[in-house]
Amino acid sequence: MASEGLTSTAYIKHHLTNLTFGQHADGSWGLARNAEEIKEMGFWALQLDSLGWSTFLALFFLYFFRKAATQATIGVPGGLQNFVEWIVEFVDDSVRGSFSAKNDLVAPMALTIFCWVFLMNLMDLVPVDWLPMIAQQIGHHVFGMDPHHVYFKVVATTDPNITFGMAFAVFFLMIYYSIKIKGLGGFLGELAFQPFGKWGMPVNLVLEGVSLIAKPISLSLRLFGNMYAGETIFILIAMMYGAGWGMGIFGGILQLGWAIFHILIITLQAFIFMTLTIVYMEMAHQEHH
Amino acid sequence: MNITATLIGQSISFFLFVVFTMKYVWPPIMNALNERKKKIADGLAEAEKGHHELELAEKRSAEILREGKEKSREFIDQAQKRHDEIVEEAKDNARIEGERILIAARVEIDQERQLAKDSLRAEVSALAIAGAEQILMREVDKNAHNEVLDKISASL
Repeated sequence: MASEGLTSTAYIKHHLTNLTFGQHADGSWGLARNAEEIKEMGFWALQLDSLGWSTFLALFFLYFFRKAATQATIGVPGGLQNFVEWIVEFVDDSVRGSFSAKNDLVAPMALTIFCWVFLMNLMDLVPVDWLPMIAQQIGHHVFGMDPHHVYFKVVATTDPNITFGMAFAVFFLMIYYSIKIKGLGGFLGELAFQPFGKWGMPVNLVLEGVSLIAKPISLSLRLFGNMYAGETIFILIAMMYGAGWGMGIFGGILQLGWAIFHILIITLQAFIFMTLTIVYMEMAHQEHH
Repeated sequence: MNITATLIGQSISFFLFVVFTMKYVWPPIMNALNERKKKIADGLAEAEKGHHELELAEKRSAEILREGKEKSREFIDQAQKRHDEIVEEAKDNARIEGERILIAARVEIDQERQLAKDSLRAEVSALAIAGAEQILMREVDKNAHNEVLDKISASL
């Protein structure tokens, strides 16, 4: 286990808690020392680890793609350019496949979402204790914190704040383009007069309203749920190492298998998030009837 | 805070995972990338080749065109020459034919003249004899004067 004297529950809790900055109950600002303190902070709190990792990975993605873009040649591409072209081509194909309107925003957004979500998911494959332990050491020796209170979640997509943030951005764009393309009347008309015509307006409003609200929620919860569950399973497997040789070796095999399976999941989740974003944008651009 | 079996176990498992990735995940991706690169390189080389071939073909077509022009000019020259020859030949033929006709006509004329001369001579000699008969008032004995008459006739 990560620290002496920790029970299994504490270990799991520790791993599933974010490094949170906010206002304590007594009015002072600082890092939360446990889950209760995070709760007390309420809405005005920042998940420093999620923000840090997502920002870092976004910069990582931007740096390499920008580099490939500036060095792009029309001749035979180099390694990086080839790789980037490969991904861009893949995303472009996906966009062409399901997005028929003309909007220069959609393909770059799809590329960003795919790469970013993929990179954030990819952090799930790093052993669950590596980075939190390093963070604990740094927190303890550099900032003089109690190592038990240094929380560090590496996988940003297991934080609903991150997935909801992305989903709401997509949702906002959806509404924006719906109104821009169809006009406010057209957008509201779609909500009110479908699918049962104007005499079924109340039913229509409920149905369409629910389906509209469900889009960002399902988009974010799908990603969050998958990654959170995957992360939890990694943590559960990690606990087996402390339970003797037999369990340890079994745990090792399980972790290997789960990690290999997870390669598929993280890619798939990134792909689904991207594809759904494209589909939602297509719906926003589509005039019904 | 201490190093525990969890960390070591995780790390070993992660190491195995990395080995797995290196063996079974990385190569297909790399293959796909390399194939893509190769395809692009081939495509570019092909395009370059095509471009080059086009240039060659253009050159060759210009050459052929030039040759064709030359040949056609040659043909025209030959035809001109042949035409001149034919005209010349026709002229010659015409001249020869004309001469032949002329000669034939002359021969005919000569013949006609001879005939006319002969008949005239006969008539003149008859006339002369008749004249002489008138002058002599008597019959000329043809048999007695045959010799003279023939002489006169021949001199006409």
